Amino acid sequence: MRPDPEGVVLTRRPPQQAARAVGLVAALGALIFLCLLSIWLGSKEISFGDVWRVLLHNDGSADAVIIHSVRMPRTALAVLVGAALGLAGAVMQAITRNPLADPGLLGVSAGAAFAIVFSITVLGVSSLYGYIWFAFAGALAATAVVYFLGTRGNAGSSPVKLTLAGAAVTALLGSFTSAMVLTDPVALNRFRFWSAGSLTGVDAGALLQVLPFMLVGMVLAIASGPALNSLALGDDVAVALGRRLGPLRLRGALAITLLTGAAVAVAGPIVFLGLLIPHAVRFAIGPDHRWLLPYSAVLAPCLLLAADILGRILARPSEIRAGVIVAFLGAPFFIYLVRRRKQLES
Amino acid sequence: MSLPLLRRDRVTFRLAKPPVSARIRPRLVLVCLILAVLVFLLGCLGMTIGDVPLGLSDVLSAVFGGGDFGTTYIVQDLRMPRALTGLLAGLAFGASGAVFQTITRNPLASPDMIGINAGAATAVVAGISFGFGNGLGTTTLGLLGGLLTGLLVYVLAWRRGTTGYRILLVGIGVYAMATSLTDYLLSRANITDAQASIGWLVGNLANRGWDNVAPLLVAFAVLFPLALALSRWMATLQLGDEVAAGLGTPVQPVRLGLMLAGAGLVAFATASAGPIAFVALTAPQIAQRLARLPAPPITASALGGAVLVLGSDIIARVITPSGLPVGIVTGALGAPVLLWLLIRANRSGSGG
Repeated sequence: MRPDPEGVVLTRRPPQQAARAVGLVAALGALIFLCLLSIWLGSKEISFGDVWRVLLHNDGSADAVIIHSVRMPRTALAVLVGAALGLAGAVMQAITRNPLADPGLLGVSAGAAFAIVFSITVLGVSSLYGYIWFAFAGALAATAVVYFLGTRGNAGSSPVKLTLAGAAVTALLGSFTSAMVLTDPVALNRFRFWSAGSLTGVDAGALLQVLPFMLVGMVLAIASGPALNSLALGDDVAVALGRRLGPLRLRGALAITLLTGAAVAVAGPIVFLGLLIPHAVRFAIGPDHRWLLPYSAVLAPCLLLAADILGRILARPSEIRAGVIVAFLGAPFFIYLVRRRKQLES
Repeated sequence: MSLPLLRRDRVTFRLAKPPVSARIRPRLVLVCLILAVLVFLLGCLGMTIGDVPLGLSDVLSAVFGGGDFGTTYIVQDLRMPRALTGLLAGLAFGASGAVFQTITRNPLASPDMIGINAGAATAVVAGISFGFGNGLGTTTLGLLGGLLTGLLVYVLAWRRGTTGYRILLVGIGVYAMATSLTDYLLSRANITDAQASIGWLVGNLANRGWDNVAPLLVAFAVLFPLALALSRWMATLQLGDEVAAGLGTPVQPVRLGLMLAGAGLVAFATASAGPIAFVALTAPQIAQRLARLPAPPITASALGGAVLVLGSDIIARVITPSGLPVGIVTGALGAPVLLWLLIRANRSGSGG
């Protein structure tokens, strides 16, 4: 199907529609199981029966408070952020036709981080509700700059060029960010917790604040599946098939910015989730975006939840942040992809 | 050197006795000379700034051992270590940037991009936050971290040989891992340690003593000639691996040697001055354009790096009396250059 820009060769026939649907339902089941696990496991041990009882009706006991105001928002956050980043990665890889694309790698997260620190240090914004808008603006600006730099020139967009532009912009913004953080201890204290990709300390209200953006982004992303399939055949073929490239790219960029901006604003930059999941899905079910996108949206939260739970178990009674664990699972996979590609001298 | 000679692209000469032939690029020699003079002047100018303002002539005579006792003490014991650390770190960053940009054939490849600085930073932050930094010292830790990361990138990029792009992209992956680890350590640390770490992370020349200068000087004296000796083959590496091998270049040994020399230079410089941003990226590109060459020249790049670091350090101390870390100024100066390079590289279709 795909003209195979990254050397993904399907060695097997893609599964039939029914098999794919069954797989998606199984993935949903796994997600629900992980959600329950995430609500169940924590620093205070609550028996599974109690969890189940307070989950159904909130009786106001201490356990109920823990579950309803701490563990459930955290789990919901992981699900939403994971789905957003998985989708953003899949859309980004399709639009840039770049297998190495990842919101964290292409400077989107660095843009959001820079904007948040700017809002804290220079403008004195102190609440999540305040700086989420800056995260959006930063994510949008960084996306635009990286895309502009990476697609200039007569050769058009190439994976290496975009990755380099993203890395350069990330390095540049990172330098400014640390400059501002260094001169302001208060900002440093707030920023260092945000920047490690944490799922803690976000209440339900903050989640509701970003929810609309994420939902719009998700709908935009999933609805563009068929169009992304045409785009995968190359610009010329996509035009011949009746797609209008400008609006399509714009819609994709909008979806990426909404999803990444919202996710980064509440959870900090979580690198490699958006890179890893679409590749794993492509190995399993093939490159059809009508399936790739929903699968990514379900499997990415699974991984993020698993990383979060793992981080809680590994370092009891404190915890290792999910972003760190995801980066440690994702970076070796990225290196593996780079090693596997034969034609890197493009 | 007369002007018509300067207009010549290159001058070759051959002596019958002793049997020596060489090719000289007058423009490159001139650029190196000018940069060397600039380095010296900036170094002396930097030593005039401080709690006791000194005149440039006082500093000059004190450098050469003249002058009264107080001035000599201030210059030689207090300010010279800082100037020399900046000088040597700048030289090392510039030279290693030239090396990496040549072996990856990419103007954006610099030690900062492929994770060597990040690895050094992770080691140092780990030392500070776990408390074993005092025993081992940030210098040793930064050195170990940088060298190990360089080696790791090379090993991971090895697959029946390495290619420049594979080194670069694997390096970006390693960079991400090291950065996330640093972020994690920063979030674990208490606020004092975090502030100390970040202060080191942007690159800092304040409070350097002679014990900072000595290891850097030794490393530079060993690694820079090594890089220079290997640079003979760098020109053929620019043509691509196949062509280079066809011209008789031992591609993989040369690349390994260059990478070790480059990583070593960066590791030592980072260990004593912190990862000063953008110097390794921009200095070679500036030197290359000044000398009008197709690839970054090592010596001129090193001198350009020293000019950048020493100049930025002066600017940082003039702007704020308390002394902004030099890395912030090099970042601000390097940023426009970097963006301009990106746009230019893509326009000429050579950016990757």
